[in-house]
Amino acid sequence: MSLQTAHPGKPRVAVHKFSSCDGCQLSFLNLGEALLTLAERIDLVHFAEAGPLDPDTGVDVAFVEGSVSTPEDLERIQHIRAHSGLLIAIGACATSGGIQGLRNQAKGAEWVAQIYSHPEAIASLERSTPISSHVKVDFELWGCPVSGPQMLAVVNARLLGVAPRDNVDKVCTECKRQGYPCVMVTHGIACMGQVTRAGCGALCPSLGRDCYGCYGPAENANTDALAMQFGHLGLTPEAIVRRFQSINSQAPVFLAAANKLRTGSHD
Amino acid sequence: MNASNRLDAGPPHAATVLARIQESPTIFTLQLRLDDAAAQAAYRFAPGQFNMLYLYGVGEVPISVMSDPEERDLIGHTIRALGRVTRGLAALKPGDRVGLRGPFGRGWPLQEVGGCDVVLVTGGLGCAPVVSVIHYVLRRRERFGKLVIIQGVKHAEDLIWREQYDRWAKLPDTQVLVAASEGAPLWPWHVGRVTELFSLANFDPGCAVAMMCGPEGMMRSAADALLARGLPESRLYLSMERNMQCAVGRCGHCQFGGAFVCRDGPVFNWGEVKPLLAHKGF
Amino acid sequence: MLSSQSDRAGFLPLAQLPSLLAQLRERGYQCLGPTVEQGAIVMREIEPPEDLPRGIQAEQTPGRYRLTSDPLNRYFAWSSGPQAIKPHTFAPKESLWRVERDETGSLQFAAVHPPVVRQAIIGVRACDLAALALQDAHFLREGRRDAHYAQRRDHLFLIAVQCAQPASTCFCASTGDGPTPTAGYDLALAELADGFVAVAGSDQGQAVLDDLNLAWATSQQIEAARQQGASAAAAQTRSLPGRHLRDSLMSRLEHPRWDEVAARCLACGNCTAVCPTCFCHAEADTPALDGAASEHERIWDSCFGEAHGHLHGFNVRADIRGRYRQWLTHKLATWHDQFGRSGCVGCGRCIAWCPVGIDLTEEVAALTEGQP
Repeated sequence: MSLQTAHPGKPRVAVHKFSSCDGCQLSFLNLGEALLTLAERIDLVHFAEAGPLDPDTGVDVAFVEGSVSTPEDLERIQHIRAHSGLLIAIGACATSGGIQGLRNQAKGAEWVAQIYSHPEAIASLERSTPISSHVKVDFELWGCPVSGPQMLAVVNARLLGVAPRDNVDKVCTECKRQGYPCVMVTHGIACMGQVTRAGCGALCPSLGRDCYGCYGPAENANTDALAMQFGHLGLTPEAIVRRFQSINSQAPVFLAAANKLRTGSHD
Repeated sequence: MNASNRLDAGPPHAATVLARIQESPTIFTLQLRLDDAAAQAAYRFAPGQFNMLYLYGVGEVPISVMSDPEERDLIGHTIRALGRVTRGLAALKPGDRVGLRGPFGRGWPLQEVGGCDVVLVTGGLGCAPVVSVIHYVLRRRERFGKLVIIQGVKHAEDLIWREQYDRWAKLPDTQVLVAASEGAPLWPWHVGRVTELFSLANFDPGCAVAMMCGPEGMMRSAADALLARGLPESRLYLSMERNMQCAVGRCGHCQFGGAFVCRDGPVFNWGEVKPLLAHKGF
Repeated sequence: MLSSQSDRAGFLPLAQLPSLLAQLRERGYQCLGPTVEQGAIVMREIEPPEDLPRGIQAEQTPGRYRLTSDPLNRYFAWSSGPQAIKPHTFAPKESLWRVERDETGSLQFAAVHPPVVRQAIIGVRACDLAALALQDAHFLREGRRDAHYAQRRDHLFLIAVQCAQPASTCFCASTGDGPTPTAGYDLALAELADGFVAVAGSDQGQAVLDDLNLAWATSQQIEAARQQGASAAAAQTRSLPGRHLRDSLMSRLEHPRWDEVAARCLACGNCTAVCPTCFCHAEADTPALDGAASEHERIWDSCFGEAHGHLHGFNVRADIRGRYRQWLTHKLATWHDQFGRSGCVGCGRCIAWCPVGIDLTEEVAALTEGQP
């Protein structure tokens, strides 16, 4: 894919990276043929993982992967916001602060001092925060990583001139549509599907595994009732906290659930 | 309308946008014509019924038909741009294509009015489903008694069709009462709740049919006021709004107690829905 | 020649079970039957016919399902799995129609029809048949037949098997829908130690029986099957307080129990997905990437999801209380208005497959306590 010049009428799209593992960009890239079809209808002006490099040009749609976690990130996200029509946060890092958000609950500076011989070389903010903490985000795609088809749907919605469809169903809804028996009921394992946003196609339950909440909290997530049931399944309070303190530890609903359990206000 | 010329469960039929009229900052009217001339000629609807409008690649949305039932060349829909589909529809221009299927549901009981008075109570955009009733009554003026049009809006600037209200107000045996909770400079009508206007409404409770459309809270208050005026419950009707995806009583979203609003409604007699309307969340 | 009366039943020895399936396959049916998948009994294609699992029971309690071994080594001792016939007639996801758009923007709509597949399902329960009759009433309503559902339904051959080993979550005896199949099947079997008492319920079923050339079932065998059904009914511990709960529930719409159950309910919708009578579905478009076409699909939906009560600008049922109440009152109360009976067939799936073990019978008992 070479650097493309602008065509009138074709929306210009950029994919930016912040503090992240690149997995969401790879989800996009892994679409292969579908991405090539779509590329006929858009101008991909910046997508480092795929080749085009032009982070500064104004675009119609900017996908932003990663959390804000360095002083440089703070400035760059403002620049991107100012030069983008729609700004779409993609993935757990960009929507909740990501796995690196776990450090928000810890004394990060002490860790850096213990690990690095030159801690002064590390320029890192105290907290890892989602994009929406800094600029207006037009739409969020949750997931670690996001699903490629969801990204395509966002671009397609832009091409149709409408807002993307927000899927607020729970993982269970997709799980049952696929015909998978509930893993929590059959195996007694602590599945997070009942409080987690759909979008993955119930990938983990399809393999007999428990959902670990990587798509973040769903609408009307009854974390109290789920935590109680995890207790009945034999999980210790610490283990239940860890269920909520994973990929999306800083998502408000999961953080509140964990804090409630930590302070013991949950019986 | 019999089953043979019904354009129903899908797929939709292609239709072309003939005109697009901006009624207010967020409200617009699309005048459509079915591409298949025979289908357009055969299309009939009763005031109060709705169509499913399909926006290419996006989805369908139920919209009541507001045009005149006697108008054979076009099918009119007044729409508020709020959701994905309706915002998309708002961007259409004359010549653009949409899908259309319908009409669906049970319309207003115009046959039951006899020579009695017609009281129309609407709130917000609620007016759209009864505009076709107004047209219907005005075309057959001799078959009806007095026509009372009561419309409430939140903000004065939400009122659409101002000129039409002025025009209707000047017609004989026609009364127009409009209220805005929040007025504006030069607002000629009442400032306050629409229910405050009921004492002014000029109709014979012993020989009248009332038809309501709008937010459920408003309709509950309006029903109380109309019944207090002596209108029998059996002569009070309302149009319900629920999520509708199939329009043929199949997808289940519009259920209201045992009723499928798309099929058994959207127009109901007050007595049919009164018990459940008292409970929030149905 | 066997008649459809149980006193004219045939007897299918255990060893001949594969020949029944072979017979169906010869008639062009894809044979689905119980299969162990992810720790549960699911209906999948059985190939070869010898592959029917044997000696499996399903232990079911609220929120828990475990396969265990059956000391009697029966074929059909597993009561019920996570799904009834529903996915085979009302598909979880399917395209209804398709639209193509050309450069001028003109639209061409066309219906999409599912491929015709003749399916035979062995191991259908009495509760499943009762549920199918309700789905038929909904999807095949006079004047509004759903083409997709009808196509699958018309090509279905159902082999019901009497439930001799109900789970603790079963209460079909109380709803009047089981455990012995009485209607709606092509063939019905009752499993005894050495074989099956077999009766036909349709001409097609009769033809299959005729070709199997079975001996008559003896009166002892028929009586054993009858006894087995009676014991299975008597063994059920759960029940509903009546078959006409409409007025009782509708007069309790503001009962505090709704708040209490809402505190426990995850609003995951699993009860609605496993319920064999729930019919709600959403419709959604998937536009092609080249911009030239779009598929309009329907997918299973649930009244526990946000989208179900979604309206312009607000949600009719924003909280879990309203959603649970909608589900329960529809199933047990307003269903009577729509279909002339309750929407519950006593299969107990909503109890076993609720991840937090909410027990419908317990909720109903609490809601209607002290009422006739």
